[in-house]
Amino acid sequence: MHSSPFDLYHTGISPVHGLDARVKLVLALAFVLCVSLTPVGAWPVYLLLLAVTLSAAELAELGLGLVLRRSLLALPFALAALPLLVTLPGPTFASLRIGRFLISISGPGMERFVSIVFRSWLSVQMAILLTATTPLPDLLVAFGALRLPRLLVAILALMWRYLAVLIDEALRMMRARDARSGCVEGRGGGSLRWRASVTGAMAGSLFLRGFERSERIHSAMLSRGYDGTIRSLSRQPPDSRSWRLMVLGLAVLAGLLLLGYRLG
Amino acid sequence: MFALDRMGNEAMGWATRQVGGAAVASGPPAMHIPDGFLSTGVSLVLWAVAVLAIGVALAQVNRELDERKVPLMGVMAAAIFAGQMLNFSVTGGTSGHLLGSAIATALLGPWGAIVVMTCVVGTQAILFQDGGLLALGANLVNMAVIGVAVAYAVFVVSRRLAGRGRFGLMLSGLVAGWTSILVSALACALQLALSGTSPANLAIPAMGGIHALIGIGEGIITAAALGLVYTARRDVLERAEDTASVRGLVVGGLALAVLLAVLSPLASTHPDGLEWVAEEQGFLGAALDAPFRLITDYVFPGIADEKTATVVAGIVGIAVVMLAGWLAGGARRRRESGRSA
Repeated sequence: MHSSPFDLYHTGISPVHGLDARVKLVLALAFVLCVSLTPVGAWPVYLLLLAVTLSAAELAELGLGLVLRRSLLALPFALAALPLLVTLPGPTFASLRIGRFLISISGPGMERFVSIVFRSWLSVQMAILLTATTPLPDLLVAFGALRLPRLLVAILALMWRYLAVLIDEALRMMRARDARSGCVEGRGGGSLRWRASVTGAMAGSLFLRGFERSERIHSAMLSRGYDGTIRSLSRQPPDSRSWRLMVLGLAVLAGLLLLGYRLG
Repeated sequence: MFALDRMGNEAMGWATRQVGGAAVASGPPAMHIPDGFLSTGVSLVLWAVAVLAIGVALAQVNRELDERKVPLMGVMAAAIFAGQMLNFSVTGGTSGHLLGSAIATALLGPWGAIVVMTCVVGTQAILFQDGGLLALGANLVNMAVIGVAVAYAVFVVSRRLAGRGRFGLMLSGLVAGWTSILVSALACALQLALSGTSPANLAIPAMGGIHALIGIGEGIITAAALGLVYTARRDVLERAEDTASVRGLVVGGLALAVLLAVLSPLASTHPDGLEWVAEEQGFLGAALDAPFRLITDYVFPGIADEKTATVVAGIVGIAVVMLAGWLAGGARRRRESGRSA
């Protein structure tokens, strides 16, 4: 039904894939922070930051198409910043005539709007790069290394493991509903109230099945010696090359940020 | 579970392969703020709030639940994530969705719900880029902390008013679901306005108005789901209620709801006030950004007042629904006590 060809993680052998997950996580977070701190309208810095994401994508052999396509995901939210175009005071940049209304777009408004959308796009690209080149178990280890509480990491690990199972469960329920209730194009069968309560009952039974499944999983874990703590193989601390790369990356980002303030 | 490293890779690779398309195809309510839309100062302050609140919730979960908590919370987080895909068509192309804060609260108690919603919102941001990484703090505060605290407070008060039976439970679920969506949306709009991204007089009424409608879908799904759980496995609900009963959180949640419901129309009619707040907190890194320029001239005359009316109507709505629930519950209680006497 919803099968899609793309994976979140793209198997590959590349310098980006090989980089320690902890270093990648730190650098990705630093990149997003740096993008957020770059002042409005520092266009050269934005282009340099774009060069960073695109060359990382190229280095990881992900294909620019994939990163660009998936990065459009956050675009609809630009609607929230759209009023800036007309509400920020300043010299008129362009004016549009729609019917009886004359809408004048101010220069500062345009600059701020485009900056917000561009920065948002850059951050999404970095997040995609992180998940596309880091296997999820490594990501969990990286979270642990960044002092995320162990309970939260354990819950996330279990959640990610069972995500597909419960999504399959939900998809099966929806297929069963489609098969059993007459549906009119764009409306669905029955009254609105009936449709809503059927969906509610589906949600309720999904959660109950989740409860019962978690009880079975718990018994299975107990029978395998679970005592409340989750053990995993200990990881090597990052080697000196990883450290050097992390420091270098942070220095580059700091340099770009300084450049942004000189220009902004 | 233990050999995370050995088999984890394959299992999780398979999981995300299955999940990828489906999760993107489902569109949860437009409340996940991407990066870039919040100022750095606002983002960092909200991260700090999120870390504090979630830390408290984790400590409470650690204390009150046994070692079953890891599988229970993990699977329930996955179930909420999957449950967000369930939808029903309303009319035209629009459809009703579930966000899940209220139902998680009813099934797991407030602390468990905060932890589970944290995992859901975090996964959406980290794996599916639905919401930003720097903005994750804000999204966690809105959906995992405010959403759950408000749902819990409304749920507890409403259950007391509307009675303990199936009817009271469903009514409470309806009101809690609707309120949690509306208040989360108001918080989201307020943050966008504080960041200077959307003018307050536009963002707050628009977000409030849209989510007052979206919240109806959430409320109905929550109510029907709770009705089914009540019929099928009442013990699950009773267990959640036993672990819960946190007076501080009830007061806090109600205070949040009232504060945001009152503050939002105020902020949208008096943007100067918000501008003042924005300038006061501007030293927090926002000082690095272009100075805040919140808008005092109304470019679309009339819209602020009209849409503010929607928000006020929403608040009046809560009061009316709660009153109706209380009266209905009272009538039922009298009838039941009459029968037993």
